Amino acid sequence: MTPQLVIFLVLAAIAIAGAVNVILQRHPIHSAISLISVMIALAGLFLLLESEFIAVVQIIVYAGAIMVLFVFVIMLLNAGAEERTNMSRMARYAGVPLAIFLLIELAYQIGAAALSMTPQPLAEDVTRRLSMLLFQDFVFPFELTSILILIAILGALVLAQRGESVPAKGGPKTIT
Amino acid sequence: MFPPRQDVLRLMPEIILSLSGILLMLIEPFLSGARRTLIVTLAALGSGLALVSTIYPATLPGTAFSGLLRIDGFSVFVHVVVEAVAFLVIIGSADYLDREKIQHGEYYALVLFATVGMCVMAGAAELMTAFVGLETSSISTYILAGYRRDVPRSNESAMKYFLLGSFATAFFLYGIALLYGATGTTQLARMTFPTTPGRERLLDLGLGLMLVGLAFKIAAAPFQLWTPDVYEGAPTPVTALMASGPKAAAFALLLRILATVGAAGTFWFWALWVSAALTMFVGNLAAIAQSNVKRMLAYSSISHAGYILVALAAAAASDQVELGVAAVLYYLAVYALMKLGAFIFVSQLGGESERHMEIDDFRGLAVRQPVAAACFALFLLSLLGLPVTSGFLGKFYIFNAALASRLIWLAVLLAINTVIAAFYYLRVIVVMYMRQPNQTWPPAPMPWAVTFVLSIAAAGTFYLGLFPGRVMALATQAALSLPGR
Repeated sequence: MTPQLVIFLVLAAIAIAGAVNVILQRHPIHSAISLISVMIALAGLFLLLESEFIAVVQIIVYAGAIMVLFVFVIMLLNAGAEERTNMSRMARYAGVPLAIFLLIELAYQIGAAALSMTPQPLAEDVTRRLSMLLFQDFVFPFELTSILILIAILGALVLAQRGESVPAKGGPKTIT
Repeated sequence: MFPPRQDVLRLMPEIILSLSGILLMLIEPFLSGARRTLIVTLAALGSGLALVSTIYPATLPGTAFSGLLRIDGFSVFVHVVVEAVAFLVIIGSADYLDREKIQHGEYYALVLFATVGMCVMAGAAELMTAFVGLETSSISTYILAGYRRDVPRSNESAMKYFLLGSFATAFFLYGIALLYGATGTTQLARMTFPTTPGRERLLDLGLGLMLVGLAFKIAAAPFQLWTPDVYEGAPTPVTALMASGPKAAAFALLLRILATVGAAGTFWFWALWVSAALTMFVGNLAAIAQSNVKRMLAYSSISHAGYILVALAAAAASDQVELGVAAVLYYLAVYALMKLGAFIFVSQLGGESERHMEIDDFRGLAVRQPVAAACFALFLLSLLGLPVTSGFLGKFYIFNAALASRLIWLAVLLAINTVIAAFYYLRVIVVMYMRQPNQTWPPAPMPWAVTFVLSIAAAGTFYLGLFPGRVMALATQAALSLPGR
């Protein structure tokens, strides 16, 4: 076992355990904290792949900014523990076995494919190549994402406006 | 770095749609008084202009943005369909929104942005681009579905659509990741069968997961469970949009993958076959049991997805995809018009807060509003597939494609389903024409905007039913413009 493999296994275990915990926790704040551990473990995995830039971005943007937003929203909504519902019969007898089957199949096939792969030599300046990809080859979906974010803002605005928000004709619009 | 001029021109419809959406958001706060008409006019103008500007991509075929988009006859055909849908939905929404007091510029901006997403899906030759397009169109429709915020049904609709839709998108994304792992590219045209052993199954798995994601978006069985609740709870003009636009775009994406990636045809064939058969039966049998017209139309849209899947299976089965693809494209145009017309009519007739949606409310409508009732009857007959209407020819082409690919059994199932469907479509027509009018509830007169939309949809339904030549030629051309396996 190489040290890389050991680190990989540890980080992967943290990521998976954290991800499962996100779903199992009943209080949103516990879920959010589990999610942070997932993000940090993922950043570690990126570091292991020698993609320092992505690792740092992962920490700053996801573990930092987005998680702070999550926690703020949970705090503002004062969200409490969620109620637990029972699984339907369909989910228990058809859903769970199928999900487990899919999981095993995916793990097996990805493992089989990974064995046939040979390690590629890393390119020199990963960050530079990444930015070329992002701003040259894939500039179109990158820009389109800005519309996607605009839609998200619009949606939050439209759906979160409470009460009688439609102003009388001519009146200024108030957002509360 | 500024993109080359040709790329910008090829992207003209998307640019116009996005800019008019942003413009609407910006000017809305400054408008007062006559703002309603101005906003609707601007939104309609934006989508109309986008429709006209499709002439640029139509005359400049090729790839754009380093091969991420492929502008060909196929993408132009779908562009025209979704832009026309957006145009008609925008005009048809105005009176409904006014009545429900949810008149906002944001509504139209969201419709325009959703259309941008659909247009991108139609032209995407690469999976990341397709994914962002899919998300753009989906997220806008999630929000639109919940636009009647004070109505619990509408909230339920948006929530269900959002949760299940995100789940489906995750499947699609996982599929992309696996395909990338198997082939080392996200460009559809370069996804050849992997030569390294151990990766073929990965390719199949990826394709399978992507099919799951897209099957959800087109409401194909067994991923159709969300459809009736979401369609019923959403504001009816939004239902008109959801049933025609995003569906057409998702079918376009499926077709492009099917036609470009060689492995997809063989691997998807049986899945498409089974799903087509299942979808037709589930949709039609459930529709019979409905007493709510909106819900009935939702189930009928499931069954129509089944009919289109028959043509997809036909395209997957044979080496010549053109026949099947052309049949799908023709049906998409036909289906969009008649479904949109039917839903817009229902949105007007439903009255305030959509109270009158039961079949019983349509009693004797032919006496009260002969012209509107005739339009609705026409849409229903076309959905049923009666000769002279466009629905008949659409089904005929699908039937033809199925037989050409020797899918005799699917063709037989299609015929059986048409007979089942006759029951519930005709029931509404019988109620409208042969019962005494409802005395307690006089329906409001049709506003001119709704009349306009209905007449365009009705004229289109007639035109496509009587003179299919030109549009079918365009659809065939579009099918031939696909790169091919």
